[in-house]
Amino acid sequence: MSEKNVVTAIHDTLHEEMAADERIVVIGEDVGARGGVFRITQGFLDEFGERRVIDAPLAESGIVGVAIGMALHGLVPVAEIEFADFIHPAFDQLVSEAARMRYRSNDDFGLPMVVRCPWGGGVHGALYHSQSIEAFYGHVPGLKVVVPATPADAAGLLRSAIRDPDPVLFLEHKKTYRLISGEVPDEPFTVPIGEADVKREGSDLTVVAYGLMLHLCLEAAQRLADEHGISAEVVDVRTIAPLDKETILASVRRTGKAMVVYEDNRTYGAGAEIVATIAEEAMFDLDGPLVRIGGPDVPAMGFAASLEHEFMPDADLIFDRMLELARF
Amino acid sequence: MLDSAKEGDVATRVTSDTSHEALGLGTEDLLSLYRTIVAARLCDEAAFRLNRQGKAPFVVPVSGHEGCQVGTAWALQRGRDIWLPYYRDVAVVLTAGMTPKDIFLGLFAKADDPSSAGRQMPSHWGSRRLNIISHSSPIGTQIPHAAGIAYAVKYRNEDAVVAYWFGEGATSEGDWHEGLNFSGIHKLPVVWVCENNQYAISVTQKKQMAVQDVADRAAGYGFPGVVVDGNDVLACYGAMRTAVERARAGEGPTLIEAKTYRFQPHTSDDDDRSYRSREEVEEAKHHDPLLRFGTYLKERGVLDDARIESVDAEVKAEIDLAIDEAWNAPDPDPSTLMRFLFAES
Repeated sequence: MSEKNVVTAIHDTLHEEMAADERIVVIGEDVGARGGVFRITQGFLDEFGERRVIDAPLAESGIVGVAIGMALHGLVPVAEIEFADFIHPAFDQLVSEAARMRYRSNDDFGLPMVVRCPWGGGVHGALYHSQSIEAFYGHVPGLKVVVPATPADAAGLLRSAIRDPDPVLFLEHKKTYRLISGEVPDEPFTVPIGEADVKREGSDLTVVAYGLMLHLCLEAAQRLADEHGISAEVVDVRTIAPLDKETILASVRRTGKAMVVYEDNRTYGAGAEIVATIAEEAMFDLDGPLVRIGGPDVPAMGFAASLEHEFMPDADLIFDRMLELARF
Repeated sequence: MLDSAKEGDVATRVTSDTSHEALGLGTEDLLSLYRTIVAARLCDEAAFRLNRQGKAPFVVPVSGHEGCQVGTAWALQRGRDIWLPYYRDVAVVLTAGMTPKDIFLGLFAKADDPSSAGRQMPSHWGSRRLNIISHSSPIGTQIPHAAGIAYAVKYRNEDAVVAYWFGEGATSEGDWHEGLNFSGIHKLPVVWVCENNQYAISVTQKKQMAVQDVADRAAGYGFPGVVVDGNDVLACYGAMRTAVERARAGEGPTLIEAKTYRFQPHTSDDDDRSYRSREEVEEAKHHDPLLRFGTYLKERGVLDDARIESVDAEVKAEIDLAIDEAWNAPDPDPSTLMRFLFAES
């Protein structure tokens, strides 16, 4: 085991996989000489060369589209979109092409490829460096969407994503990059795509979250235990699509109370699907109202600290709502 | 032959000798070329007939484009090179190894349709076995795929060449620019083939771009652009052969613009009377690549009228049989709806 932050965990895993498998190439803006704007691919250019570490022209649709072509012909591309906010030009490539390739060809063609991108707010990223995009792609059959929140999950899920025979959108919450550290196994290991994880066991209520919000929920759950002796179970979604309904529902059935927290705009967010799933399948196990906390329905957060803070759900808000639900 | 290059033109025009002797094509090659063009034309006519009979809900016609399709596709090798056709490319996929039966299995959306087992609309080609890459309906999205495949070909030190066919409307898409730009930067083994029929459904070339020749755009990507008469099968073959040799030698991409015309509406659901005159269409038919190639072959003593009739009859019989077999093939099993979203291991 080694203590690592999220950036280092991703860097090291990608590095190990590339060293072991020559089919893997990285392509994206600034991934070469600059080593990525968040340093995920630092040192890769020197070690693996320009053939495998491709500084792409500034064209996101082209980056994903070229990666699709590479995956069609024996390579395993790991494309980087510099910020999730800039992935929108590649929507057509992801939705019309990557997601549909295997289905539309009746299994004749498959795309072993990963599209990585930093998402989420809390870093003064304002309207165009803070967005959440998981709901856009979670809605699309044929895409796998993962949202690791810890260094170990980031490492294990990235390894699974690279080895997956189908396209995986790998979302890295940029605020967790250097904020969150944890133990990561030294040996190559995988975390299965499509499995949620109970990050904190509890009996009084269930809180479901992912990304940065998971850590705020864990912080609030600790306070709830310390100050009120309330036992909250915290479930880390980890994979938006396909969603691990079983783990979420099993927890909710056990505690009888459920709250879902997400940073994206509240309306039609991934949390809305989770709430709907609980309402459909565990309604009669609930002893309290289904609670949903999401970001307000404005275009991401303002640059000013006051506006950003007002947008982002924080641990105090989550704590208050958890307490309220526990006491219901 | 086209005009010789004008002063200031960016693209080059094919003016070299395009007789079959100069291109190194023998009698058997010429007969195969001719037969493939006839097959595409007769597939088209049969598909429209089936559409009018209510047996084929959707047809994408090829008529008019067969010359440039077969001419360019002929320069690639089956089993070695990689084909990215678009929906009008019946003659490209016939050259790449699909059979008329494959085409009608797709037209009738049968379970054995090699492209998609009836999942996609007809004429959305794909076959891993034949190196024909699956494509979608949005225009131009496959351009970056072709660049990525060509990158992988080069990365793996293979000697394959990748070719992508598209209409002039596709050149307005951002993906077109992004894909060609990438191919130029990395000098990839790819040939970009524009079948310029002057209309993107109803939108004329004048409303699509401010240049006369799509091929001029190649200069912006650092590789040659070539204009060729798309109704001249042998000129198309010659231009493509040069481009393929260039790609195979590691010298990078070429953009070929074949000027041609579509005789039918955009699809069986289109009515082209709303945007072009009957006189214009009839005039274009005087340049029909099939008639023109037939005339050339007669003049050169390769074919005579009797032989042309017998080729036509053979191909027609083959297509009639293909239609019967495809029509009687099983439909997709509805229980397969959820399959192959992801790999099933």
